[in-house]
Amino acid sequence: MASLVPQFMVDIWDSFPPLLQFLITSTSQILIVTVGIILIVAFSTYFERKVIGAMQGRVGPNRVGPMGLLQPFADVIKLLIKEVVIPEKSNRFLFVIAPLLSLIPALATWAVIPLTDTFVIADINAGLLYVLALTSVGVYGVILAGWATNSKYAFLGAMRSAAQIVAYEIAMGFALVGVLMAAGSLNLGDITRAQAGGVSSWFVWPLLPLFVVYFISAVAETNRAPFDVAEGESEIVAGFHVEYSGVAFALFFLAEYANMVLISALTAIFFLGGWASPFEGWTFLGDDNLLRQPSLIWLFAKVCFFMFTLFWLRATFPRYRYDQIMRLGWKVFIPVTIIWIAVEGVMAWLRIGPWQGLAG
Amino acid sequence: MFHAILFYTFAAVLIGAALGVIFSKNPVHAVMLLVLAFFQSAVLWLLAEAEFLAIVLVLVYVGAVMVLFLFVVMMLDINVERVEGGFTKYAPFGLFIAALMVIELVQIIWFRSSGGARSGGFAANPEGYSNTEALGAVLYTEHVYAFEIAAVILLLAIVAAITLTMRKRPGLKQQNISRQVAVKRDDRVRLVEMDAETEQ
Repeated sequence: MASLVPQFMVDIWDSFPPLLQFLITSTSQILIVTVGIILIVAFSTYFERKVIGAMQGRVGPNRVGPMGLLQPFADVIKLLIKEVVIPEKSNRFLFVIAPLLSLIPALATWAVIPLTDTFVIADINAGLLYVLALTSVGVYGVILAGWATNSKYAFLGAMRSAAQIVAYEIAMGFALVGVLMAAGSLNLGDITRAQAGGVSSWFVWPLLPLFVVYFISAVAETNRAPFDVAEGESEIVAGFHVEYSGVAFALFFLAEYANMVLISALTAIFFLGGWASPFEGWTFLGDDNLLRQPSLIWLFAKVCFFMFTLFWLRATFPRYRYDQIMRLGWKVFIPVTIIWIAVEGVMAWLRIGPWQGLAG
Repeated sequence: MFHAILFYTFAAVLIGAALGVIFSKNPVHAVMLLVLAFFQSAVLWLLAEAEFLAIVLVLVYVGAVMVLFLFVVMMLDINVERVEGGFTKYAPFGLFIAALMVIELVQIIWFRSSGGARSGGFAANPEGYSNTEALGAVLYTEHVYAFEIAAVILLLAIVAAITLTMRKRPGLKQQNISRQVAVKRDDRVRLVEMDAETEQ
């Protein structure tokens, strides 16, 4: 770094008080991550339309820019210059603040997500709890939007979404209990490090039922198809965001996709070793083979895989009926997770799988 | 210094939000202000290096309890004027609760100042100290019986609450989900072999 930056800049940097240095570095880290996430979100809308188009035998967006690559920017500009209509009988303050409340937790969770072995904005001990706390806060945006709009459709959407998110959060929490039992830590970096050693030591194998439950609950938490009864076009028009237009709608849209990227990254970290390479254990490749190095690219590839799976689910399955969603959440997923936690206890006792090296 | 500024800022917002809960006329606003108050107290706990308690406060109260609160409050169609009348009606009871709380607080302060417990500010924890681990270690060794009894009481409460709401109304038509799920194609559709009919 010293060779790249002129000496006088290093001197100026050193003359800053430590608090200011800390402030500048962490603010720039936050900015880099946030801008990165927003760009990924923009292109994931393009990715979704291309994937679903291909699955339905269409071409998808192909007019703006080469291969339609500039389509997300065209969409953003269109939404930015549209009028934001605020219904007269709505609760103005809550109506405006609701989209922000759904977007902020989705972005704030990235603070504890380790992007590489060394880079994480806030390396806190209780990272997993922080993730759970913030994902549960995200529901406020949806509920408040539904209530503040003062419309029956929006209110119905909000009620459905709230009940669904509260139900699936429990299954998600229990699935994560299994992950922390296997890793022995609440720190996301330590959870990833506990899965070092290539594909065979990822938590997805010993915790397969929890992985399935976690990912399906995650789809339900983000209100994506086939669990998108909160929007349910055919029944309640567009659910909680029926009266939102322009930028306010764009924020809800952004929040939904940011949540999808977040959930994909979390699933990758908890079950697929995060930034770790799947070929870490292949010693015949040589010690300094690029394929074996942990890097951001691996995390990105895993995120892309889960995003693709989310789109795939949307293109494949019809929407769930509401009572069946509740049944799946309460009567199938929660028992499965509880039983698997007990199984894990036995596995830890017998020192199988990730508990092999356990002392005592 | 920086620590003190943070503490007083968040404490001030906490008190403001708590007052707002009492004085706001719209119940939904009151619930949202209570959420804000929970967040502020979580930050105060973070300043005291109790990150586990802080995050669990947000997780349990903001993430679950207040969502259900909001649920119920939104369903009620509350008449603002009637609520205003209720304010003076319930004032004696409210004052009684407030007096009780003040007495308890004074007792604790008096107990502390007379040297009954470790007084003074929060002691800084050593580097690498994990609040969560320390709490778990104490909870599952020293206080394991109290912890399990609390768990059993909670389970009892869940069972009681569910039993109270499981009233079967006579003549109620319900879907039998397991039968619906077990349905095969043959139960619904019959394939018939027949020759093609041609129009005469």
